[in-house]
Amino acid sequence: MCDTCGCSITPANAHLVHEHGKLEHTAEGKASIEVLTGLLHENDHQAGHNREHFDRHGVLAVNLMSSPGSGKTALLEATIEALGSEVSIAVVEGDLETENDADRIRAHGVPAVQITTGQACHLDAHMVHDALHELDLDGIDILFIENVGNLVCPASFDLGHHMNVVLLSVTEGDDKPAKYPVMFRAADLMLLTKSDLLDVLDDFDPEKAGRHLRELANPADILALSARRPDSLEGWFTWLRQSLAARRSGETMQPSVQPDGVALHSQG
Amino acid sequence: MHELSVCQGLMKQVQQVAAENNASSVESIRVQVGGLSGVEPSLLAHAFEIARAGTIASEAELEIEEAPIVVKCQECGASSAVSANRLVCEYCGEWRVTVTSGEELYLMSVEIERKGDV
Repeated sequence: MCDTCGCSITPANAHLVHEHGKLEHTAEGKASIEVLTGLLHENDHQAGHNREHFDRHGVLAVNLMSSPGSGKTALLEATIEALGSEVSIAVVEGDLETENDADRIRAHGVPAVQITTGQACHLDAHMVHDALHELDLDGIDILFIENVGNLVCPASFDLGHHMNVVLLSVTEGDDKPAKYPVMFRAADLMLLTKSDLLDVLDDFDPEKAGRHLRELANPADILALSARRPDSLEGWFTWLRQSLAARRSGETMQPSVQPDGVALHSQG
Repeated sequence: MHELSVCQGLMKQVQQVAAENNASSVESIRVQVGGLSGVEPSLLAHAFEIARAGTIASEAELEIEEAPIVVKCQECGASSAVSANRLVCEYCGEWRVTVTSGEELYLMSVEIERKGDV
């Protein structure tokens, strides 16, 4: 959506609203009401409020997305163990059922709120908003939102977070970015997890995974790491420190995918 | 299958538009869905059948316009129509491109019957 005037005119739909466009006409006895808002307007509105809430508390909110079993919770556990004395961390966990992941996080002495979505395949901004009622953000530096394990639906919903991190475990396929382009295009950082297994897996090529990511026009950094190898996590910790500093040094941040249409619209 | 969530959000907006414009019924709803929006048009159409039930739009048609994926090269300036998993310039092969169409997920317009018009 255009940030200047709030409309949603893009090169693909501009012809509809200009002179003699389909949306210009109003038939007898009927009215054609031009709307031009995003279909996810309600979610995006709530996401904006969530983001303001994070910003007021100086919190960096990171949305972790991946398929089930790629190691999101294990990465969080290792991160809490290593950075727990340096930064204050809280976690929102999303799963269809069980408190298991939140229990794992709490065992490390970190506050965690579990959202159980029932049948829903993704978190949305309203679910995260409700979870925030149970979480005191005072004194928190980084809030991780561990989304429902799913490479499709979570990519479509802004939660109010600042950064998207997408995990791809080396036990999956190096062509996952090509198979799930909407998800991987949204990544501000791609983590190749379980990298300690690369020695015994001859069918995962990290460079190929990187090429597939670039073919989505995504310039995001790519880091290979393993939650079981603390020495492999330094790059990830550096990225977190830099992101936290960037968040606190300036205005609010949003995941980098989206703004292309805005730029084009302002050119007329 | 997040299309139902998307569709429920759509129906809220449609009902609001109908109420603001004194509609007796909603005849048709026009949306635009891009190939990079994460929404599958056929699933959206199916979800609409469920989401419209019991609303002022219970008889409405959903018109889905699919927006093509187009990228503009940051190197050579050319525009190319591309597939969702190959967002590269088809003329020079550069991956540093700007997506100029394909992210659309918009409610374009709502056609209504006004109260008293029938």
